[in-house]
Amino acid sequence: MLELVDLGHNYGSYRAIDRVNLKVAQGEVVCIVGPSGCGKSTLLRSIAGLIKPTGGTVLLDGKPVDGSPENLAVVFQDYSRSLYPWMSALANVGLPLRRRGLDKKKRDAAAMNALEQVGLAGAAAKFPWEMSGGMQQRVSIARALAYQPKLLLMDEPFGSVDAQTREELEDLTLRVCAHHGMTILLITHDVDESVYVGDRVVVLSKAPGTVVGDLPVQLPGPRDQIHTRELDAFVRLRAEVGRLVRGITPQRNTHGNTHGYGYGVETR
Amino acid sequence: MPKLNGAGLLRGLIGTAGLLVVLEAAGRLGAWDTERLPLVSTVLLRAGELLADPEFLVSAWSSLTTWALALALTIAIAVPAGLLLGMVRPAEVAVRPLIEFLRPIPSVALIPLVILMFSETTNMRITVAVYAALWPVLVNTIYGVRDVDPLAKETLRSFGFGPASVAYRVVLPGAAPFIATGIRLAASVAIVLVVTSELIAGGIEGIGVFITIAASGNRLDLMIGATILVGLFGILVNALLVAGENRLFRWHRARTEGAT
Ligand SMILES: Nc1ncnc2c1ncn2[C@@H]1O[C@H](COP(=O)(O)OP(=O)(O)OP(=O)(O)O)[C@@H](O)[C@H]1O
Ligand SMILES: [Mg+2]
Repeated sequence: MLELVDLGHNYGSYRAIDRVNLKVAQGEVVCIVGPSGCGKSTLLRSIAGLIKPTGGTVLLDGKPVDGSPENLAVVFQDYSRSLYPWMSALANVGLPLRRRGLDKKKRDAAAMNALEQVGLAGAAAKFPWEMSGGMQQRVSIARALAYQPKLLLMDEPFGSVDAQTREELEDLTLRVCAHHGMTILLITHDVDESVYVGDRVVVLSKAPGTVVGDLPVQLPGPRDQIHTRELDAFVRLRAEVGRLVRGITPQRNTHGNTHGYGYGVETR
Repeated sequence: MPKLNGAGLLRGLIGTAGLLVVLEAAGRLGAWDTERLPLVSTVLLRAGELLADPEFLVSAWSSLTTWALALALTIAIAVPAGLLLGMVRPAEVAVRPLIEFLRPIPSVALIPLVILMFSETTNMRITVAVYAALWPVLVNTIYGVRDVDPLAKETLRSFGFGPASVAYRVVLPGAAPFIATGIRLAASVAIVLVVTSELIAGGIEGIGVFITIAASGNRLDLMIGATILVGLFGILVNALLVAGENRLFRWHRARTEGAT
């Protein structure tokens, strides 16, 4: 449903991303990992139509993106700035639902439901500035989930919450998205998370970012925070992604590397 | 924004009362000729009496309605113009020189010209007051629009909202605290200009006219009494608007206080 063709972007003379090619199928959860400053947010902004990339194209359902595409939601890295301080949490979550043509009652009900799912039912009447960073982040996740977009873009969405809440939110996101058949592009710098959440992990090089690895995640059975993470396949994949992120190619890692896994890395 | 809490208000009242007592005592002790310049108590008494004086009330009502009309007109012109100029950069660039040229012109200096333009004094007073009150609202609105977080706008855009929705749902509420401050400043400026234009142009009604007539009758007690009432009205309006801002824009104060 989403295709990036030779996508590149310059800020002035600074090249932020370079010839990114990526195809995402309907219903797929794709995680993007890469070092800080490699252009992950830039990539996401290009897809959301918030910046006009200086090179290449973004295709959604085969059509080039021009302006902000329909049926898309973004969870921004700067979640607190993306919430409206003059609105309660409930109103913040309900606002985009105006696009769905729901009346106020239905909007409030849907917003309340989403807040309940992220564990904030009790804070619905609070204003963003009365909330902790982690709570604000959950409100912005609730807002995106309540909207039920076809394509959900998330930029480091679980960065400000404790480990256990983070796991709950990962599972919640996967559950809700599977239920509504959403496609997700999730940016993270957490290698573990990318392997756990993703159907696929795409690794970007350091700046200017370009795809250096595209690994399918094949893990048996439904994901489970404890079991999945102790599977051999999970541990191997995690190491592989970790190496790619650090820019260690399989050939080079024979010296100075104590892991010594002997398997091929699928790069393109 | 200066916050008037209970203790601050009390101190201010004590200071004012103290000054009045000192002036009263000085007058009674013969510091000046109280036949010419009346005692504080006389003036305050006269101010109180004026509130029940039909002649004064007609004048006050005329000034009040003129002021209210001028302020409404100011808001109706300056807020949409400010929103437009704040959001459309090229438009702002195009009119900036004009604004920079017109803004420093003291509107009092325009009164003679405006008198020639209008035979009717209400329109004349409104024009002068609007001219002066326009700038704080316009400039504050432009500034407020600029201050709206770009990410707040992008968020709504990413959900597929169009430019008009973004303007109405994000830019306007985001800029509202600044617009309100501009309106509060404009309210004071408009009071000054309405009364000033009445003083200069004369006419048949308005507090300025009342003061002029009192002056020609050598009634300093009435002059000062009426002036004090205008001042009190200004303080009242300002206090009401500040209270309204504090109530409506709690989120803005919370944010700016959190940031500093
Ligand atoms: N608006 C901008 N103007 C100029 N340069 C920018 C702008 N936005 C980002 N950059 C630069 O582009 C590069 C990539 O930024 P981007 O935010 O996409 O990185 P990122 O991969 O999301 O980083 P992080 O993991 O820290 O969030 C950075 O070097 C940054 O300084
Ligand atoms: Mg980023």
